[in-house]
Amino acid sequence: MSFTHKHILGIEQLAKEDIQLILDTADSFKEINSRDIKKVPTLRGKTIINAFFEASTRTRLSFEIAGKRLSADTVNISGSTSSVVKGETLEDTAKNIEAMAPDIIVIRHAHSGAPHYLAERVGCSVVNAGDGAHEHPSQALLDLLTMREHKGDIEGLEVAIVGDITHSRVARSDIYALTRMGARVRVCGPGTMLPIGIERLGNVEVFTDMREAIKDADVVMMLRIQMERQSNVMIPSLREYARFYGLNPTNLQLAKPDAIVMHPGPMNRGVEISSVVADGPQNVILDQVENGVAVRMALLYLVSGVESMQTR
Amino acid sequence: MAKILIKGGRVISPAQKLDDLCDVLIEKGKIAAIGKGLSAKDAEVIDATGKVVTPGLVDIHVHLRDPGLEYKEDIASGTLSAVTGGFTSVACMPNTKPVNDNQTVTSYILKKAADEGYCRVFPIASITRGLAGESLTEMGELKALGVCAVSDDGKPVSNPQLMRRAMEYARPFGLTIISHAEDLDLVASGVMNEGPVSTELGLKGIPWVAEDAATAREVMLAEFTGAHLHVAHVSTSGSIDIVRQAKKRGVNVTCEAAPHHFSLTDEAVRGYNTNAKMNPPLRSAEDMAAVRQGIADGTVDAIATDHAPHHIDEKNVEFNIAMNGIVGLETALPLTLKLVEEGVIDLPKAIALLSSGPAGVLNLPVGQLVAGGVADVTIIDPNLAWTVDAQKLVSKSKNTPFDGWQMKGAAVCTIVAGKIVYKRG
Repeated sequence: MSFTHKHILGIEQLAKEDIQLILDTADSFKEINSRDIKKVPTLRGKTIINAFFEASTRTRLSFEIAGKRLSADTVNISGSTSSVVKGETLEDTAKNIEAMAPDIIVIRHAHSGAPHYLAERVGCSVVNAGDGAHEHPSQALLDLLTMREHKGDIEGLEVAIVGDITHSRVARSDIYALTRMGARVRVCGPGTMLPIGIERLGNVEVFTDMREAIKDADVVMMLRIQMERQSNVMIPSLREYARFYGLNPTNLQLAKPDAIVMHPGPMNRGVEISSVVADGPQNVILDQVENGVAVRMALLYLVSGVESMQTR
Repeated sequence: MAKILIKGGRVISPAQKLDDLCDVLIEKGKIAAIGKGLSAKDAEVIDATGKVVTPGLVDIHVHLRDPGLEYKEDIASGTLSAVTGGFTSVACMPNTKPVNDNQTVTSYILKKAADEGYCRVFPIASITRGLAGESLTEMGELKALGVCAVSDDGKPVSNPQLMRRAMEYARPFGLTIISHAEDLDLVASGVMNEGPVSTELGLKGIPWVAEDAATAREVMLAEFTGAHLHVAHVSTSGSIDIVRQAKKRGVNVTCEAAPHHFSLTDEAVRGYNTNAKMNPPLRSAEDMAAVRQGIADGTVDAIATDHAPHHIDEKNVEFNIAMNGIVGLETALPLTLKLVEEGVIDLPKAIALLSSGPAGVLNLPVGQLVAGGVADVTIIDPNLAWTVDAQKLVSKSKNTPFDGWQMKGAAVCTIVAGKIVYKRG
């Protein structure tokens, strides 16, 4: 099985075999991260630009560490320091970045579709690090790697995703990825946070009652409630949200006894997840972060392989 | 002025219920005669065998972008685009820079159209000064100067009290209120139709209820005031039905549909195609079917393009920040003829929706072929096959979602006031 995707724009483009290959590759890279000298020469001489046009700490750090551990030269640009604030179009920014001959551009952008826009206009590989409310493929892949480690097989898993589904790129990518791998997804949130037609994206069932959604689930994934969106009248208060859609030790008992608890971060403790659960024995939240580096190493490695094959 | 004799075409003038193989003689800018076996000395003879001869087409919803936004379009390029598409009359929306809310801008448009235009131009003034939704324009004076209707198109008049006053004031001047029916609070920051496709693409949605709720309010205000309401670019199943029911009650309401709303659905947005971004947005397949049904059953009075030219720099950006709108003058006729081919309407009905229908909505003195009337004539080859090439559009702007589409039917000759202004070839 060879990898044929020059760009990683979304999970939607990936087949089951692609996902498996990425996870297996990530597995093999994990060992590097536990070495004393955490570096291999795999991508030596490659230049990776992390173009983060939207604020991010964890994902940017993770991509940067992934690139560096593979010996690539990684350079970061962010929204506040880039030309975007000077009124330059994304196309001009892209062309200017391209003129400096990078091998991979990792892009995070507030506008859905920005990575597609970029991929149509540059010659190098483009990896989507989150675009608007569309996709966040590397997050879904690290979620799957984490599930696989804890649950063995992903096929047949019951995965509950609870929170603001409407604005969540993580939910969309997870739905695609889990469906491809044969898991079943339950999405749950207040009526204001469930977008029309979400069930059409995959093997998805929609819930508004969290107790039903997490009943006998193998995985409970809590999404971050965006505090800054509360002016948009999505929910009456964080207090009420926590009461109906927050994960706590009581409702967690409805899930399978060996269920794992996930969160893409950053967490709002006491809102969507109580501290007792966030720090409890079922949480695998820091495993997700750890796996993020391995998954991103795998993505950078695999797309650069496609790139150099095409160049030859 | 030269005489023109159009021979042997299928002459259709829906207002006269005329649909017959005959000849049309044009003299001194007027239709001199319509009949069989006409002849005239020293006339330029056009053989229209196999062609359809119709009243010059009328588009009551066009953005000519002049004054102020000439980098997108101007009166010369916009009217050239019109005659290329078979249109001999256009009504232009007031959202120019400055806004057409005063005599000076109206006079400028009329003069420039007379000097440089290829077809007739009927200016539409704004309902509110500066499109600000706060105070009424001097509609009486503007009407006297030549505006054919008032509209804040591009924006709704959000305040219902102001809309009531606009209707009450416009009515005695015989001015139609053209409504851009949209509830901005429900639109919020939406950029495409709200539905499964917006969910999949992660783009913010504009729900159908944003249009339906506003259309219902406008219809109720028209019912209350007795004013003539024309609802622009109806795109939803619900809005079509609201207008249909209002007509049954005898409300003085008309409406128009745009070719893109009966030809495309929100599926066209996939790939973040900014040339599929307009307002109202492309809707669901059910909505598109309802618009077609409204066209078939007479709920829709006119097909109007909402020709909205935008510069490439305004479209070659991320979907969220791309401008709304597409050019439509050069593709409206074949898209309407496609409805004939698909059995939605017959050919005379299609011609009516592009001529006497829109002319009737705004009471324009055009849109029919009648002896003694103005000689605005379009000769259509209904079987001419051609492919849309956006770069070859004569409009200054190339923002069309129909690039590469195989079309059937085109205007081959367009005559305005007895003068040939366009010949295909």
